Amino acid sequence: MANKVDSGVGGDVTLFHTSQLDQLINMARENSLWYLLFGLACCGIELIQTGGPRADLMRFGAIPRASPRQADFMIVAGTLTYKMAERAKLLYDQMSEPKYVISMGSCANCGGLFQPAYSVCKGVDKVIPVDVYVPGCPPRPEALTEGLLRLQELVRNERWSDKRRPAEAGAGTA
Amino acid sequence: MTTSEIHELLRARFGDDVAAPAGGPRGDQFLLVKGARLIEIARFLKETPGLQFDFCEDLTAVDWPKRNVIEVVIHLLSYPLRHSLVLKVEADRAAPVVPSLEPVWKTADWFEREVYDLFGVTFTGHPDLRRIMLPDDWVGFPLRKDYEEAGGWHGITNVRADPLVELKRLDDAARAEVARSAPPPPPPAPAAPPPPEKA
Amino acid sequence: MEKLILRRVDQNNEEMILNFGPQHPSTHGVINFIVQTDGEVITRAVPDVGYLHRSLEKIGESTGWHGYMPYTDRIDYVAAMFPNEGYATAVERLTGIEVPRRAQYLRAISGELCRIASHLISVGTMAMDIGAFTPMLHGVRERETINDLIEALCGARLTYNYHRIGGVAFDLPEGWRDRTLAFLDHFDRFLVEFDRLITFNEIYIRRLANVAVIPGPMAVDYGLVGPNLRGSGVDWDVRRDLPYGAYSDFEFSIPVGQGMFGTVGDSFDRYFCRVREMGESSKIVRQALEKLPDGEIMAPKVQRNLKVEAGEALSRVESARGEMAFYVVADGTNKAYRIRARTGSFTAMGIIEPLSRGLMVADLVALIASLDVVAPEIDR
Ligand code: SF4
Repeated sequence: MANKVDSGVGGDVTLFHTSQLDQLINMARENSLWYLLFGLACCGIELIQTGGPRADLMRFGAIPRASPRQADFMIVAGTLTYKMAERAKLLYDQMSEPKYVISMGSCANCGGLFQPAYSVCKGVDKVIPVDVYVPGCPPRPEALTEGLLRLQELVRNERWSDKRRPAEAGAGTA
Repeated sequence: MTTSEIHELLRARFGDDVAAPAGGPRGDQFLLVKGARLIEIARFLKETPGLQFDFCEDLTAVDWPKRNVIEVVIHLLSYPLRHSLVLKVEADRAAPVVPSLEPVWKTADWFEREVYDLFGVTFTGHPDLRRIMLPDDWVGFPLRKDYEEAGGWHGITNVRADPLVELKRLDDAARAEVARSAPPPPPPAPAAPPPPEKA
Repeated sequence: MEKLILRRVDQNNEEMILNFGPQHPSTHGVINFIVQTDGEVITRAVPDVGYLHRSLEKIGESTGWHGYMPYTDRIDYVAAMFPNEGYATAVERLTGIEVPRRAQYLRAISGELCRIASHLISVGTMAMDIGAFTPMLHGVRERETINDLIEALCGARLTYNYHRIGGVAFDLPEGWRDRTLAFLDHFDRFLVEFDRLITFNEIYIRRLANVAVIPGPMAVDYGLVGPNLRGSGVDWDVRRDLPYGAYSDFEFSIPVGQGMFGTVGDSFDRYFCRVREMGESSKIVRQALEKLPDGEIMAPKVQRNLKVEAGEALSRVESARGEMAFYVVADGTNKAYRIRARTGSFTAMGIIEPLSRGLMVADLVALIASLDVVAPEIDR
């Protein structure tokens, strides 16, 4: 991977080195993305299965954490009700930067089949910003794995110099 | 024991406070009882040998705006005798009040809290009547037929933008992109492939 | 009741109020407990539920009779066959639709497989809550095989939507019977292995025996059902005592709590009932596959736009978490007037507050795990 950038074109040596450093750091980060277990509903069971022996999310370096302070990203798996939405926001705020969110399942993406419900929040992105949406009801473990790979791609292409999100902008839309 | 046999027993004891079995052509029959005597009737059903309804299977409500009542529906089952019974109590929709069955069957505690939360029925004598499913500051009783959504909660909207609008925007952008990068108009190249935007 | 908030109760003693959940790895789904403790000893634990209240009962009033079936999956997603079956049975009672014999057998087969899958998650997470991680992985591994079988049957791994009003959606695919029998052979050996791995583990027994004892009469009074009720020594199972579907054709026994390592009704008994029930389910599936009659899988002439005469009916099925009752009210139109699901977990939560007094914090986790509550069943 590192040799891809090895563009050999002379010019700005500093920039070249920074991007190499970026690559190195990103490589380390993308392969040790720990996630906050945030199984809310049916999708949470598929999340357990994805962490289980067959799909085995751990082989991509993704280890479930119980505490938001140790997690790099959060998998919101399932239906978010209004009552829970505030807690979700609280947990998100407790995570340290850089932080990402994968929204798993139709319910988390947009309310899914609970559109007519009076107590369901119509999508996690109403409360916290989302980086990767995984569709499905519930998404198969393969789909969630794909979602993780997409997130890794996102992390891989990040530049230190222009961090994506200033700390206070995480406040979301509301 | 069937519902009508139980009705006979109850009528001998409580008179007209227990109405005759009613119900649709199929499914279950039920007994409508007067709210004021509900506790007595429940105790009787639980403690009389031969009835022994030791298990309060379900307690819920149904809203009937046309008749202006909320029915509280109680399903009872007897483990030793394997028979069941449906009791109903009617309460006025404007201010529904029903005595609590918590002293008779402990399981009624949570069921009644749920009915209070979703229908707004007050159970007199309940030890801890507060909302159970919804947040404490929720307005309205959602399972009533005339409930109107408040439109979000605590500043979280319940409106979602139409995805088609965004899809159309992306579509248009892609089309514009294609049009911009398309080869110059056909005249110079007679065998040029048709510009993709027509596809 | 006074509002419980996080604070020291009294400056002079060690009592404090803690929040336990709703996002907590060892609660089963999103449940919150407000726990008042004195050091490690709990003086009071108040469950605070509703974090997954998804308005399922209200939605039922607008979907139409057939359209509600996918929503029933979401009432208990760990064992979604049972709400399917319960709802279908209730509407069938109300309309008088007769389910063909083969469909009833298929319901029993899919239901019992689903019960095994659900109990695997239950005993697995229970071990995980107690502090043993490996049994969980073993359970999930077996569950994956069942998921594959059910996926071959109905195309979904979790939210099956397999039952229909009047029958089931699909017949057995080719080769399914042999695959299932092969799995059951393997599974019976797995159960022995599982017992060796965790059930009779000395530490495990000590963590569970004599913890949170629920005497039989208390269990009935608080409306516990299923393995929780049987763990307390009450011998009741809807499949045997009020038989529905094809269950009267099968021979199976009902495990009841014996107080094997302590008092009848302790956490170990509830756990052990579940482990034994998996073996019984495996027996039922074998018998059903053997006796499976030929014929239709759907009742003839079930209308698409079903209209149901006014009336009401309650159906009872024995789900993995005990008796599940669906109460449906019809008013003669093509939509339900009211749909209500009575679920085992909801009442099981009600017993936690009276039981929690004097428990250790770690025992509270064991109690919750042994009651096998799942959040959507509590909140719906
Ligand atoms: S997307 Fe489907 S499976 Fe996932 S939580 Fe929502 S209803 Fe359940």
